[in-house]
Amino acid sequence: MTEATGGIEMEEGVGGKVKKFLYVNRKAPYGTIYALESLEVVLIAAAFDQDVSLAFLDDGVYQIVKGQHTKPIDVKNFSPAYRALEGYDIEKLFVEKESMEARGLKEEDFIVPVKVIGTQEMTDLMQSQDVILSF
Amino acid sequence: MKLGIMINEGPYTHQASDTAYLFAKAAIEKGHKIHRVFFYHDGVYNANRHAEPPQDDRNIVNRWQKLAKDHHVDLVVCVAAALRRGIKDENLQEGFRISGLGQLIETGIQSDRMVTFGD
Repeated sequence: MTEATGGIEMEEGVGGKVKKFLYVNRKAPYGTIYALESLEVVLIAAAFDQDVSLAFLDDGVYQIVKGQHTKPIDVKNFSPAYRALEGYDIEKLFVEKESMEARGLKEEDFIVPVKVIGTQEMTDLMQSQDVILSF
Repeated sequence: MKLGIMINEGPYTHQASDTAYLFAKAAIEKGHKIHRVFFYHDGVYNANRHAEPPQDDRNIVNRWQKLAKDHHVDLVVCVAAALRRGIKDENLQEGFRISGLGQLIETGIQSDRMVTFGD
């Protein structure tokens, strides 16, 4: 664990502080590495017992779309990993309604349960966070 | 104020590292403290000591190194992102260190503000 967490011992390293972390995913899952490496951060973050939420906006909504077939582009399909988040107690996943609708997607197109919220609610969500990491 | 910085883009191709540097420098001049700079994605290339820009251009890698030395700024390169891109201790500029993503989370926890520079 200490290797994965950068040698930080949870108890002494963070002094029991719990902050609200929001990971903002704005980019398509393939084409660039941002989505994959963002997911890697989220999975590590789970070890720190922080209050974690994920937001999917713009092309980021494609990250959690069902039925991803990446064989033809010879890239690993990492979308099943989003389903593992629940096991790490990361259950607050938000999708921006406008981004979803602009791409012809519906709530049932996603591989994980999400809460669909409008731009205003997304703004409020961001306002309520301590740390926002945008990828 | 204690600030944490994340840089997600490589040097020269993208302005992220330049802007982050200028931000960090300005913040320090104003009396703030930079808790840590965390290099992620292609940002790990900012630590490549083999970078040799033309004489009349800024040296982004060395500039970070100097800032770290002068102001005790912790420059951390993500190990997973670095290995993927061939950044290792052998080609790591002095003043940088390679460590895990936990360092990024810890920066978020310990800093008053976390600022991301990327695309």
